[in-house]
Amino acid sequence: MPRVKVARKSTAIDMTAMCDVAFLLLTFFILTAKPKVEDPSKAEVPPSTKMMPVGDANMVTLSIGQGRVFFSVTEQDVRVAALKEMGTKYGVTFTPEEQQRFGLTQVFGVPMKNLKGFLDMDKDELKKYQQPGIPVDTTNNNELSNWILLSRQSDKALHDKDLDFSIKGDKNEEYPTISAVIGVLEKQKKFKFNLITTLKAAPKK
Amino acid sequence: MAELDTSGGGKHKDGKVRSKKASTRVDLTAMVDLAFLLITFFMYTTTLQKPKAMDLVMPDNSIKTSQLPIAASRSMTILLGSHNKVEWYMGEPGKSAPTVDGFGKDGIRKALIENEKKVADTHAAPDNTMEVVIKPSDKSNYETLVAALDEMSITNVKIYAIVKITPMEVDDLKKNNIY
Repeated sequence: MPRVKVARKSTAIDMTAMCDVAFLLLTFFILTAKPKVEDPSKAEVPPSTKMMPVGDANMVTLSIGQGRVFFSVTEQDVRVAALKEMGTKYGVTFTPEEQQRFGLTQVFGVPMKNLKGFLDMDKDELKKYQQPGIPVDTTNNNELSNWILLSRQSDKALHDKDLDFSIKGDKNEEYPTISAVIGVLEKQKKFKFNLITTLKAAPKK
Repeated sequence: MAELDTSGGGKHKDGKVRSKKASTRVDLTAMVDLAFLLITFFMYTTTLQKPKAMDLVMPDNSIKTSQLPIAASRSMTILLGSHNKVEWYMGEPGKSAPTVDGFGKDGIRKALIENEKKVADTHAAPDNTMEVVIKPSDKSNYETLVAALDEMSITNVKIYAIVKITPMEVDDLKKNNIY
């Protein structure tokens, strides 16, 4: 009886198609990529059934978590312009490097008196640093309202647009903090804004 | 897996010198590896889903003339307390006993739908919509507020507003142990 010979197949596979698909996906991901923004407020947003998409330009996001308020504006030039204005208002001068670093800081929550020190920190210090949040109270002249006002003015001057506002609150945040932030916006005649939520399936009626 | 070029080349038996035929197959393994590595990286670092939001319009408190009085018989007041509990009553405070309720299908949503129907039935056509006043207490959290606003959109309540709570209503929340 002849021995059954096992045919020796080549181990090489044609990988052209796989390679094509891989690069197609890669191109898609590169083009749609938008890096995740580290949010120091650690806000866990509450669910809701409404699903209005949030704009990604010309937008100020006020994050609220553990009683602290954080500020972020999408436009980098507005950010820097607002910093300069805030500097003159509170008598702090920022070096060009500090301004540049601030332009690259997406979200921050530091009072004006600590801001210079915050911008001079290196990476390791930044990781350990607990941002205390931007001071808010019910007066007309608190730091948050000045940040909002000066950002709006800078945006008007640079882009001739009015900024949109969204509030990203932690779900366990107590109402007084939220109410203070809404109050600040109301004082500046901003009566329409977004509340950022996660999606929850709509209930069946 | 790299393939060896075994085509030989050089002299053929007829003596002619032919140019060496190189294989057109390229080993793609490394390239595919790299492509998938990058795909994985981009998948982890991107936020594919854009954040969703609900819009909130606060009343303009600077224009006094635009404020209309709310008809007591058509208004429903929802007080937001702690632990995701709410209290609601129809009409003026103190006149009718408030009901403590929770969220979900059998909670405040049921009450909203029922009251909306009642108001529509007992009032004449143009003014038969219910108005809801939401009063968050200092002990209520943001999730409760968002849930209450969400109920407005679920039950299709068109007119609603967030209003400051009064001390009397806070006392009532305290009495029901949700403050």
